[in-house]
Amino acid sequence: MSEALLVDGVHKSFGAVEVLRGVDLAVADHEVVCLIGASGSGKSTLLRCVNLLEPIDAGRIVVEGEEITARNVDVNRIRRRIGIVFQAYNLFPHMSVLKNVTLAPTLALRKGRAEAEEDASALLERFGLADKRNDYPDSLSGGQQQRVAIVRALAMQPQLMLLDEVTSALDPELVAEVLEVIRELAAGGMTMVIATHEMSFARDIANRVCFLDAGVILEQGPPEEILSRPKEARTQQFLERIIEAGRL
Amino acid sequence: MSGGDGRRSAAIAVISTVAVFTLLALAITHAPGWPEVRRTFFDWGQFKDSLPDIARAFLLNVKIFTIAEAFILVFALLLAVIRSLPGPAALPLRLLGIAYADFFRGVPTILVIAMLGFGAPALQLKGIPLSTTFWGIVALVLVYTAYVSEVYRAGIESVHPSQAAAARSLGLTHWQSLRTVVLPQAVRRVIPPLLNDFIGLQKDTALVGFLGSIEAFKQSQIDAAATFNYTSYVAAALLFVALTIPLARFTDWLVARDRRRRQAVGT
Repeated sequence: MSEALLVDGVHKSFGAVEVLRGVDLAVADHEVVCLIGASGSGKSTLLRCVNLLEPIDAGRIVVEGEEITARNVDVNRIRRRIGIVFQAYNLFPHMSVLKNVTLAPTLALRKGRAEAEEDASALLERFGLADKRNDYPDSLSGGQQQRVAIVRALAMQPQLMLLDEVTSALDPELVAEVLEVIRELAAGGMTMVIATHEMSFARDIANRVCFLDAGVILEQGPPEEILSRPKEARTQQFLERIIEAGRL
Repeated sequence: MSGGDGRRSAAIAVISTVAVFTLLALAITHAPGWPEVRRTFFDWGQFKDSLPDIARAFLLNVKIFTIAEAFILVFALLLAVIRSLPGPAALPLRLLGIAYADFFRGVPTILVIAMLGFGAPALQLKGIPLSTTFWGIVALVLVYTAYVSEVYRAGIESVHPSQAAAARSLGLTHWQSLRTVVLPQAVRRVIPPLLNDFIGLQKDTALVGFLGSIEAFKQSQIDAAATFNYTSYVAAALLFVALTIPLARFTDWLVARDRRRRQAVGT
């Protein structure tokens, strides 16, 4: 079976702190994998490593059969195939919504402006943002900004999307509109790795849930199994805390 | 606040302002020695006589700072970009950038002007311009490039790393992300300090007069020497100030416009 993503024995340290201590993960085409785990367990770092925003110390990462962590790979070419959406949106505040979305297709994919704008408009339309195309990010709600960030990543037609706690910075009433967008992407067959604290969402959308603890994937499986009948004591503790916080 | 309160505070502001300035004017004009001061610095006849020549000479100041500023804005940006280059291969470039900025920020401007303005023509090399104004401009560009590059660099560093990360994650190269995402935000943020250095440059054009170029300060010096009256200096000072004040208001307007635009709902 061809794998969309293979993470093989990845280690990553920041100074003396080892954040990833040998992560192994295989993601099939069209699969949706949710990463859960406490803050600091390495979810975000893992996603940033897959996008080559952080160099890894050991191991390898393979995307669609190509080892992207090999020496002398063109990181810009790799990143065009992998979309990432951040917790804090990171939209470009000095550009309109349309310009945010068309920037990378025109520069990195060398699309013509008219074509890029046409594609961007279609995507914005699809996600209910057509009337915002000329607005600037600061004038949008958090939910709208995050949807624009997702559209911006999609405009590069990535083979793989990484979502890094994309609803964590949002007011509760704005979470649903963003999750709805992700649901639609999953329904469309997009391969995704999603770091999230939204357990009910993970249960709903994921083909597989991975529990990260202290830099390794401690336990993984179908969502109902991991979230309802976890085997590992650490997973049980984590989920109990989540239930106490009313997030499950 | 009600309309009545507003009118009342406006009235108080007007009365107190008029009172303070009247008192100041009376105090100054009745101070001992005022007639001498007025004759020496504020002689209307001298003012009218010297102003046309000084205004004409001031055009040279305008020419000097306009040409110099155009080069400074470009060179300083280049220097700032060089100093922010990543990677070990760029280390020698970064070191050269640091050495340049350290040297030209440390040396007094007048010294650089004298060194180039008197020294370069004295070399008597073929093809080297002899114009003192030319060398004055070169010296100002060298010195101000060092200052302004620091302003740009502060701007570049003030843009959160997540902006560059977002740009790079979309597949943009380092240069593309710098050009389209980091620099536009950095430059917008440093417009006020850039203007501050521009005003400094305008004033320092007077140093070129030291080389013999007849700019506003040199012209007013000539007038003062001929008449033993210093009103011509005041005339030159007024010309400089008349230029910087509108520029400061213009920058305020630019900054306010940018803020409005970023929060704008498109049409």
